[in-house]
Amino acid sequence: MMMHIDVSSVLRQTVSCELYSNLVTRPTGAAVRAQIEALLADSRERSLTVIDFSHVGMIDFSCADEVVAKLLLRSVATERGGREAYFLFRGVTDHHWDPIEQVLERHRLALVLETDDGVARIVGMVDDEERDAWQKVYELGRTAPAELASVLGGDETGARTMLDGLHRRRLVMRTDQGYVAVGGLGGGVRHD
Amino acid sequence: MTSVITVPPSLDDHSFEQVVEQLASVPQDAKLLVDARHTRWASPYGLTALLALGQTREERAGFAAPDSEETASYWARTGFFKHAEELFDLHGSVPRARGGESGVLLEITPVVKSEDVHDVVGRIQQKAQQILAKELNIDAKATVGFAMTLSEVCQNIVEHAGRGGWVAVQTYTWRKRLGRRVVVIAVCDAGCGFRQSLESAPGRVRGDRWDDAEALEEAVVRGVSRFRDPGRGQGLAGVRRYVGRWDGKVSVRSGTARIAIVPSWDDDVPLQEKLAPFPGAQVQVTIPERVTGGPR
Repeated sequence: MMMHIDVSSVLRQTVSCELYSNLVTRPTGAAVRAQIEALLADSRERSLTVIDFSHVGMIDFSCADEVVAKLLLRSVATERGGREAYFLFRGVTDHHWDPIEQVLERHRLALVLETDDGVARIVGMVDDEERDAWQKVYELGRTAPAELASVLGGDETGARTMLDGLHRRRLVMRTDQGYVAVGGLGGGVRHD
Repeated sequence: MTSVITVPPSLDDHSFEQVVEQLASVPQDAKLLVDARHTRWASPYGLTALLALGQTREERAGFAAPDSEETASYWARTGFFKHAEELFDLHGSVPRARGGESGVLLEITPVVKSEDVHDVVGRIQQKAQQILAKELNIDAKATVGFAMTLSEVCQNIVEHAGRGGWVAVQTYTWRKRLGRRVVVIAVCDAGCGFRQSLESAPGRVRGDRWDDAEALEEAVVRGVSRFRDPGRGQGLAGVRRYVGRWDGKVSVRSGTARIAIVPSWDDDVPLQEKLAPFPGAQVQVTIPERVTGGPR
C-alpha cells in the first residue's frame, strides 16, 4: 500500500494560513518535513510514499533542502530501526526543479520522479550505469540479479552489487522475490 | 551640536558610500540630521539603506525630506516615509502616499520574521509575472526564480541579521549603464553582518586574513554558513545561479567590504575592501531586460 501526501495540504496545516501555497523559508520547510515524518511514523517495515508537489506554487532552496534533501537523507540513513522508507515524487514541475536539483547535487542524492504521464525516472546524482540499471529494473518489474546481469551483459555479482547500491539509496526496493524500482509495479494509494 | 549628513542628489548603491563615509566620523550617540533636501532620485537600495542608517542610531536622528515635490511624492509611494517616521524625526514636506506607483513591484516592506517572507513572496508573484514578461521579455519560468531569489535574500535577514530589515522591488530604466529596463531587489538591514554571523559558528578557526571581505567571499562565493548543517549556505548560491542565468548582477555590502557578481554589461569592481564601516548587510539584485540573443 502506498501513502499519498499532498505537500500543499501539509503546508497549509503547518503555517496555519490558507493563503500560503509557497514552500519558502527554512522554518516552514522544517515544519513541513516534521509533519510528513509524523505521518510516516506509523508506517510499517517498508513504506512507499508519494510526495505530491502538484499544488505547491514554488519552493525555494531552503525549503528544498529541508523537505526534499533531509527527507531523503533520513530515509537512506541506516539507523531507522530496520524500517525502510521509499519516496516517489509527483507533480514536480520546472518551477520546482531548480532548487530541488541543487540540493540533490549538494548532498549527492537521487530520487524517483513520476512525470505527468505516469512514467517514473530517476533524477539527481546518479551515474550512467546506475541509471541504466534502474531503468531496466523499472521496465522488467520484479528483477533478480541474474536477470539484470543477463539484460545488461554483466555478471551476477556485479548486478547484485549494483542493485544493493540502488537499494541503499532507496531507489529500488528489495523483496524476497527480487528488486522492484520505486515507481514500478502498481499499488493502492492511501491519501493523507 | 548636530552632525549633518548630506544625501547625494542621486542615491544608489554606489553613491550611498558617500553617506557612509560622512557617517564614519559621527559618534553613534551624536545628534544627526540626514539631509535629503537636494536628492532628486533614489534607487530601492538607497531608500532601504537610509532606513537601515536610521536603525543604527542610538539617538533618533532627524531626516530632511526632499525639496522636490515629485521626488518626495515618489518616495511616499514607495512607502519610505511610512517606515522612516518610525526611525527619524521627519522635517520638511512629507506627502501622504496616494495611489500605487507602477514601477514599484513591492513597496518598502519590513522583514523581521519568517512569515514576512511568505507575505513578500506571495505579494510579488502575480505582479512580477506581468512585469518580467511584458517589460523585461523574460519568460514565466523566470518569475518563479525571481520569487525564489527574493525569498532567499529576505531570509538572510531573518536567519542572520539578529534584527529586522527592509526589502523593496522596483523596475526602472537604467539609462546610465545599460540603457535598458531593469528589475531591482534591494534588501538592507543594520544587523550583525556577514563577518559576525560567520564568527558565531561553533569551533570556527579564523585565518590570518579574516575580515569583512573574506567573510563575504566565504558566504557569497563559497556558500559557507555559520550553521554546521551541510545543507546551509545554498540560498545565496541559488541566487547567484539565477542571476547568472538571466545576465543579472548581485552585490552584497557588509561591514567594510562589498562583493559583486558582475555581468558583462557592467564595469563594477568584484570586491571592494576598506570601505567606511556600516553595520549589517545590504544586498542588491539586478535583472536586466532581455534583448534578442540574450540568455534563455
